[in-house]
Amino acid sequence: MVEHTQHVAPVRLYVVVFLALLVLTFLTVGVTYVDMGEYNLFVALGIAIFKASLVILYFMHARWSPRLVQIVMLTSLLFIGILASFSFADYLTRGLLGVPGR
Amino acid sequence: MHSPDAISHARLQHHFDTLEQQQQASTLGMWLFLATELLFFGGMFLAYTLYRAWYPDAWVAASHHLDVFWGAFNTVALILSSFTMAMAVHAAQTGSRQGQIVFLVLTMALGTVFLGVKAMEYADKFDHHLVPGPGFLFDDPRYARAAQIFFSVYFAMTGVHALHMVIGLGLLLWLLAGARRGTFTAEYNTPVEMVGLYWHFVDIIWIFLFPLLYLVGHH
Repeated sequence: MVEHTQHVAPVRLYVVVFLALLVLTFLTVGVTYVDMGEYNLFVALGIAIFKASLVILYFMHARWSPRLVQIVMLTSLLFIGILASFSFADYLTRGLLGVPGR
Repeated sequence: MHSPDAISHARLQHHFDTLEQQQQASTLGMWLFLATELLFFGGMFLAYTLYRAWYPDAWVAASHHLDVFWGAFNTVALILSSFTMAMAVHAAQTGSRQGQIVFLVLTMALGTVFLGVKAMEYADKFDHHLVPGPGFLFDDPRYARAAQIFFSVYFAMTGVHALHMVIGLGLLLWLLAGARRGTFTAEYNTPVEMVGLYWHFVDIIWIFLFPLLYLVGHH
């Protein structure tokens, strides 16, 4: 039989996650005033990925979800990876080889 | 056939044994739907990435026409609404009808604030001729063409995101009606949980849109 217990996270946890998201939002705005060249993008993306992870794990209850649901979540990331990597393999390598006659 | 230990409940569909099983099936279906949503937005994020790689300088110049303050303000409004949504789900899980109503109304209010700010920002773009089309004008002629591509991507992504917000507000209104009738309890709260997943997903999309559109380059 499937165990009949819905995980109820404590309110305290939600408050902590919200405050963390708030601090990270100010941080991501703050770092744009520091010139890091191309690394500004990677810092901004890193913060966004961390914020998204907090939302998925705690607000969306991924931490306590059944294993099957967790596999679906990770598989959706795999498909995004396929979309991105196959497209970049084309677009971002077009200048690497010389084309005769051009 | 119901298993002998099945808990009889008005909301239990006949093809499920227990409410727990029913909720897990809904959760799986919702995440599969969100996977398709992720790929839907993924195509636009991909277009964004390619154009940014092709026109990095124009991207910085065009992005500086967006107001960081209002972008950050809306980010705070959305993460606060995600928090109140999580609290609405919590209220349903603990059987608090009053809590559900309060937190659903707060979530809707914050969602409305977000859309109001978005409408104001869009109006500002129309005023400054930054809407792609024949009337598009850009102060730096070197970047005029690529800046128009930036604003096409901006309106497509934020527009589709805003459409998701409007749909989310409709779903919240539907939940609010149910919560007022006392439909959702500690035993049965699947709709609240599922709309919560949708709302958080829309929040996550914005978490990426904000730095990618408003915070390009060094300020």
